Amino acid sequence: MSQVIEKKTSKKDSSSEATSSNGVSFSKETYLGWYETMQRIRKFEERALMMYSQNKIRGFLHVYIGQEAIAAALTTAVTSDDPIVTAYRQHGIGICRGLSTAACMAELFGKKTGANKGKGGSMHFFSKEHNYFGGNGIVGAQIPIGTGIAYAEYYRETKNLCVTMFGDGAARQGSLHESFNMAMLWNLPVLYICENNGYAMGTSVQRTSNVVDIHMIGDAYGMKHKAVDGMDVEKTHLAIKEAADHIRDGKGPYFLEIKTYRYRGHSVSDPAKYRTKEELTKYKERDPILILEDKILDAKIASEDELKDIQDAIKTEINEAVKFAEESEYPPASDLYTDNYLQEDYPFIRD
Amino acid sequence: MARELTLRDALNEAMREEMQRDDRVFLMGEEVAEYNGAYKVSRGLLDEFGPKRVVDTPIAELGFAGIGVGAAMNGLRPIIEFMTWNFAVLAFDQIVNNAAKTLSQSAGEFSCPIVFRGPTGSAGQLAQQHSQTFESWMANTPGLKVISIVDPADAKGLLKSAIRDDDPVCMMESEQMYGLKGEVPEGEYLVPIGKAAIRREGSDVTIVSFNKMMEVVKPAAEELAKEGIEAEVIDLRTIRPLDYQTLVNSLKKTNRMVVVDESWPFAGVSSEIAYAMQKYAFDYLDAPITRLNAADTSLPYAPTFVEEYLPNPEKVIRAVKEVMYINA
Repeated sequence: MSQVIEKKTSKKDSSSEATSSNGVSFSKETYLGWYETMQRIRKFEERALMMYSQNKIRGFLHVYIGQEAIAAALTTAVTSDDPIVTAYRQHGIGICRGLSTAACMAELFGKKTGANKGKGGSMHFFSKEHNYFGGNGIVGAQIPIGTGIAYAEYYRETKNLCVTMFGDGAARQGSLHESFNMAMLWNLPVLYICENNGYAMGTSVQRTSNVVDIHMIGDAYGMKHKAVDGMDVEKTHLAIKEAADHIRDGKGPYFLEIKTYRYRGHSVSDPAKYRTKEELTKYKERDPILILEDKILDAKIASEDELKDIQDAIKTEINEAVKFAEESEYPPASDLYTDNYLQEDYPFIRD
Repeated sequence: MARELTLRDALNEAMREEMQRDDRVFLMGEEVAEYNGAYKVSRGLLDEFGPKRVVDTPIAELGFAGIGVGAAMNGLRPIIEFMTWNFAVLAFDQIVNNAAKTLSQSAGEFSCPIVFRGPTGSAGQLAQQHSQTFESWMANTPGLKVISIVDPADAKGLLKSAIRDDDPVCMMESEQMYGLKGEVPEGEYLVPIGKAAIRREGSDVTIVSFNKMMEVVKPAAEELAKEGIEAEVIDLRTIRPLDYQTLVNSLKKTNRMVVVDESWPFAGVSSEIAYAMQKYAFDYLDAPITRLNAADTSLPYAPTFVEEYLPNPEKVIRAVKEVMYINA
């Protein structure tokens, strides 16, 4: 499986963030790395939707299309030692952490070669190797879990922080408020990121609370907070980096609201009739991949041919991922009884 | 050498020893630190281990249970104390949807070695919301293990096993029994999860129970002995996984069984046992298995209601005579 650019570039860029005269703040490698990550996620999910329509993928499928700049920014703004936990719209986060698209596609196909042996599906990729604590399927459940992951980092006195991600819907759960309160009380190294894509399934942010600037919730707990445009990967990177620095400096938790947009429905079964075509068109004009593409070309960071090379490599990679998933076996039915308990001789009721 | 300890102090010793042994173990919950525990189970632990390992939380069961789950996934071994399991209802999402399922949905990438513990069941006239049992709720969930015990020595050994266990464990204690005294061995010992204990041998009838109902069953068995009926008394100790073998072995000897269970009757521990016994020991049964549960109602406040609701020794004796076809 081809990985066009594997390197994390955060360290290199921290010293080169001064904007040059043409608005180029980062290295060419960084821009192309972001571009590649976003293309990988976009193409992976477009293909996954196609596979869903062919019944190769079943169950829930919540795609991230439109939100990819956030995943891309995470590859540069935090370190690979920082744990990340998120919700069920999570393909992009798993991929940005380094899970291969082949393993992810096989997981969606329910194959034993999948990232989680066909046991998790679309909502549940996990990888200890990549410090990816998964895709949680219960809205807001990962907020206290991420706080607890951070508690363990604090307990062991590491320099790591836990990136705890959730959507605008989860911001209305009690779990958020309980977690914010305790994280501040104990000064835990946790970065809360609300990916505000405007809709909790079919309910707009405006219909869920009078507090529509979600990051303002931080004020209730004395937590530092900010909002950023999540369609612009540079701004998103800088905002996450600033938040991470704040936390690593021991100044406590940080709440970043990243304003983004999902082009598709909540899941494949959602025709998204709760929003207008005009709204969707408006956001598509601000597509994070287009914005970055324009930036790269306008500022002559790379040529069209170089971008085309990345697109072609991704296309090949995704084709190979689908082939890998197609050709892999389903897990044996007997694996139903594995991974329920670590106790090897657990006496299941089998009558 | 053994000394007499209360259940409260036996549990305290278990946590203290395990925290001394493994610095990944920490205790978190309401009033566990500066107040020394709502029921003084954690007395002295803050002084010995400090505020990072003995952590007072705000009243936020869902939040601190989830913090425990995250900490367990990330390499620690939390003990999460609920002031009572009645309040753990607020945290069921973290216990049932997360602790129990982390290993499966991550296909073994992440485990969740955590202990959720606290008292369960009625405890005097505490009325509807503070009088429930949760063994059958939690034991219904694959991924969890469930211990329910009041015997001080076994409670200590089981809690130590639970803390060392790599799977999530729910430990159910009893408010009214924290002062219960028993002989507790000195030094290091463990009691295995998943094994019942025969508390009294007998050949006429098997009485199965657990948690504080054991203290109802014991005097009933003594009364029955005066009438020449020798009951074999089994303390389940662990609810999930249930030790079916010990029950079958006893039933093969006595041919009659009464299950005394403070839970509500529907789909409870007693129904599970009755099902398993008819399945695996049908030919040995001389009478239908009878169960004695709490009433199929909420528990109101007045003493007359408590008396009517709960099993007691007289009701146990009546149930035994029923399975022995003796007219009371």
